[in-house]
Amino acid sequence: MLHITTLHYLVLGAALLLLGVIGVLTRRNVVVVLMSIELILNAVNLNLVAFSHYWQGMPVHLGGGSLALHGQVFAIFVITDAAAEAAVGLGILIAFFRNKETVNIDEVHLLKW
Amino acid sequence: MAVDTAFNMAPVATPFFFYMLSGIMLIGGILVITRKNPVHSALALITVLLAQAGIYLMLYAPFVAGVQIILYAGGIMVLFLFVIMLVNIDRAAKEKTFNSQWLVGSVAAIALGGLFVAVYIKGNNIFPEHVMPGVADDSNTQNVATLLYGQYMFAFEIASLLLLVAIIGAVVMAKKRI
Amino acid sequence: MGHDLMGQIVQYIQSYLSSDQTPGAAGNMFWVLVYILAVFVGLSIAVIAMNWLERKILAHMQVRLGPMRVGPHGLLQPIADAIKLLLKEDIIPAEADVAIFWVAPFMVVLAAFIVFIVVPFGPTHAVTDMNIGILFMLGVSSLSVLGIVMAGWASNSHYPLIGALRSSAQMVSYEVAMGLAVVSAIVMTSLNASGTGTLSMIGIVQAQQEQGVWFIFKFFPLGLIAFFIFAVAMVAETNRAPFDLAEAESELTAGFHTEYSGFRWSLFFLAEYSAMIAVSSIAVTLWLGGWLRPFPNLLSGSTWDLIFSLFPGVTFLFLAAMCFFNAVRMPKHPFFRIQTIGLAGFGVVLGLIGLVMLVPAVRIRVQDIFWFSAKVAAFMYLYIWYRGTFPRYRFDQLMQMGWKVLLPMGLGVLILTATAGLWPLIQHSIWHP
Repeated sequence: MLHITTLHYLVLGAALLLLGVIGVLTRRNVVVVLMSIELILNAVNLNLVAFSHYWQGMPVHLGGGSLALHGQVFAIFVITDAAAEAAVGLGILIAFFRNKETVNIDEVHLLKW
Repeated sequence: MAVDTAFNMAPVATPFFFYMLSGIMLIGGILVITRKNPVHSALALITVLLAQAGIYLMLYAPFVAGVQIILYAGGIMVLFLFVIMLVNIDRAAKEKTFNSQWLVGSVAAIALGGLFVAVYIKGNNIFPEHVMPGVADDSNTQNVATLLYGQYMFAFEIASLLLLVAIIGAVVMAKKRI
Repeated sequence: MGHDLMGQIVQYIQSYLSSDQTPGAAGNMFWVLVYILAVFVGLSIAVIAMNWLERKILAHMQVRLGPMRVGPHGLLQPIADAIKLLLKEDIIPAEADVAIFWVAPFMVVLAAFIVFIVVPFGPTHAVTDMNIGILFMLGVSSLSVLGIVMAGWASNSHYPLIGALRSSAQMVSYEVAMGLAVVSAIVMTSLNASGTGTLSMIGIVQAQQEQGVWFIFKFFPLGLIAFFIFAVAMVAETNRAPFDLAEAESELTAGFHTEYSGFRWSLFFLAEYSAMIAVSSIAVTLWLGGWLRPFPNLLSGSTWDLIFSLFPGVTFLFLAAMCFFNAVRMPKHPFFRIQTIGLAGFGVVLGLIGLVMLVPAVRIRVQDIFWFSAKVAAFMYLYIWYRGTFPRYRFDQLMQMGWKVLLPMGLGVLILTATAGLWPLIQHSIWHP
């Protein structure tokens, strides 16, 4: 348990993902649902960067080496997309709030059969 | 007793920092999904993001850590706090915390957790148990830039286009009268 | 065994003194703690001095005297203010969110103080030298926006909420312009022989030293315009005049820190002045050559080096002479006897510091720190000058300037700087396709 290997980071990422999924599925406040989505994206980023570090230790002819930072570049793109998605999601939330005066996700049922 | 450089001292301190930062992240994550007041949830999420930046530093990814602090903790969370202030009404404070499908949601999440545990048990020894390599040079930003502006240039341009679309979309949707 | 331990500790402490790195890079925990303590103490003294200087300089600009009673010429006024703030009653509004009310000032102070880990007072005089130094500074200073938003929200009252929203909208807008100006300075660091730029603060000053020109004068007028954009954005970033609508007494009864009193208010005050010093340090490091002495090319040579190295000692001796001059001019009334003696004593202390700084062994070490601090002090004087001179911006004018004026200017400067830096390559590829 004392040497920190890649597996430790992956388990941490999986735990964060689980917490985010619970938050998305069970919370009533729309803003907290969006924040749980940010938790999920962070867990994904953690996995990507952990794997990028793992590949840095692999030999170059297998695709590793100190320039194999594809996971970190992907993580930067995920952060950018998280920003865009949070902005649009919160815009939708504000538009919805203006119409219905509530942030209760149980009342977002206009398209229900 | 020769004084080692910070790089050589890292393996001694790493487990302590990893467990401390991961403890902060897990406790913060639990606080995010269980607090009634959304501002408290946002505060817990800020703590998670800052601890995540610390973990990125441990994974020898300083540029991603810097981007995380600037964008996530300093940008996205400010946006969240603004919107929480705009939509927080007294009626919301008296609502229940969990929604009407909390049972189904919990069962689904437990199933997902069971799936993760099964994957862990089966795939535990895929990764060899060596100490993770440390890359102690200063050129992380330069290498990330080489990849970003070289191999992933197209994705970079599409990401900037995505941000433009998101800005226009958010402005249009939040306006009172188009 | 005890003697061996002592010897090992002494050797550990002394092993840093012969290295040429910052203590963080050398991994020497003892000296890291010493540097952190020095930065903390220096920052506190600087904030106290800034308080006194602001009131006196603003008063003299408005043709009045400012605080004169508490110590000689009001020198003990900041200490009296600090004691008053510590002894005040701690009031929390009734419906306030207590957890966030507690956390908000600490968040702002944390963001303002942690920045000083990477501020370079000399080539080895920083706590550590991160290779993402400037990115770290920009990121951590954007965390103070969170503290302000939380402070306004937790007070559960209209004026703080509006003040906090306005203040944070302003800070976020001007962060964009700041970032663009910073990027155009970073682009200039890559115009050296190896073609690689750097984000580390010490590396940026060393790039200016290698290229022989301060970045404010490089590619004239591009460096100057980038510096101007940053100078305006940093005043808006720290909510100071003329961009202080969010905390103006006549508009919003002190904005987001209305409901904070006593010690909590002093935390906000401390954080505001520390943030001012931090962004001034960024400006000095990026454009004004950090710890380098002025005129390295025009007035070079060993005699000029000697003359410039006498500046720290001479400055303190000049300050001591001013103290003695004013002590002589004090009224000859027995009521003022203690103040006269106090002022003369202060002058003696300053004079001793000046004499110590004239000793050659101290001169070499203190020179870098002195030039850096002198440039930051010049920026502090500019802050106070702006407050005494410019009328306040209206909020919509403020946002308009941030988005419609500074942002396009920043983009233009960035593109032109990159083009100017790559001009030899472009020229070569045009004529030899």
